[in-house]
Amino acid sequence: MGREVSESCVDSLLTEMVSMYCNRLYANKPELAASRIDAIGYQVGHQLSERYTMERPRFTDHLDAIKFICKDFWSELFKKQIDNLKTNHRGTFVLQDNRFRWLSRMSLDPSPENGDVPQENSEAAAENKAAQVPNMHLHFSCGVIKGALHNLGIACAVSADTSHLPACSFVVRIKP
Amino acid sequence: MPPVGPRSGDAIFANIERVNAELFTLTYGAIVRQLLTDLEEVEEVNKQLDQMGYNIGIRLIDEFLAKSNVSRCVDFKETAEVIAKVGFKMFLGVTASVTNWDADGTCCSIVLEDNPLVDFVELPDTCQGLYYCNILSGVVRGALEMVSMKTEISWIRDMLRGDDAFELQVKLLKQVPEEYPYKDDE
Repeated sequence: MGREVSESCVDSLLTEMVSMYCNRLYANKPELAASRIDAIGYQVGHQLSERYTMERPRFTDHLDAIKFICKDFWSELFKKQIDNLKTNHRGTFVLQDNRFRWLSRMSLDPSPENGDVPQENSEAAAENKAAQVPNMHLHFSCGVIKGALHNLGIACAVSADTSHLPACSFVVRIKP
Repeated sequence: MPPVGPRSGDAIFANIERVNAELFTLTYGAIVRQLLTDLEEVEEVNKQLDQMGYNIGIRLIDEFLAKSNVSRCVDFKETAEVIAKVGFKMFLGVTASVTNWDADGTCCSIVLEDNPLVDFVELPDTCQGLYYCNILSGVVRGALEMVSMKTEISWIRDMLRGDDAFELQVKLLKQVPEEYPYKDDE
């Protein structure tokens, strides 16, 4: 086992990174904040997959590389594997983690109709902002996967689906 | 029953949830890199890193107090020792030492010989003036402020600038007396 740090170090770092970009640097430009957070994730994924594949033979095809992400890569980061992998065999892969660590400590409510209806506009706005935070965190996660695959020579787009929390599905679309 | 009395940094670190340090190190590196691109001014990057640390420190102190079981420190000297021996150990897995006390016991240095933040890091010449580990000083400052100690923290030695260790000078500016009872509406 390599070097370790407390889990709260990573959690706090990610939380603060998101808050810095969304609340301080690009408070009024969420799409810019999102692109920066994605870029940070990309860089991390790129470097990590470089390290974790150092002593491996080349992957033979896309599925092989995706399986590496699901098993080895995920285990290094979360001490567990991706729980479910689906593909349409035409370049789209869905990686589902039934309890995604980076969202498991966040209180989020995916369905807006749940709970009390906010009485004032400011409350509604605050709630909206709260809903953005996990989305911003997901830009980081998607960036990590994208960067990792890109380092393996696979250009792709990655998006996340959190409609079944605490499960999170990452949809990887490989660019032809 | 929770153990009575303070726990050692090693014991806490052994029982705490831990993750791969590479993820932490590389994420921090990627953040610094992105900030350098976005902000241009190195001074501004130092400021943002410090602010991130401060915000983390004011929250991390709760986890620290809850898990370490330390009781009230009698003076600033004991506080510094606890940060170095227990605080650094339980979060980063490394131990720091405290030296260079001034005569009246309000200024000291925390020395780190091993620092997971800088594994794999080398600074290019274009990053002169960057305090790469500024997040750490921010964390310490934020955490101390939550236990009523206003401090000023500066980097004296930095391995990324060729020194043989990391040295953080911690100067106690004032100890704010705790006001009790707290007012409910504040």
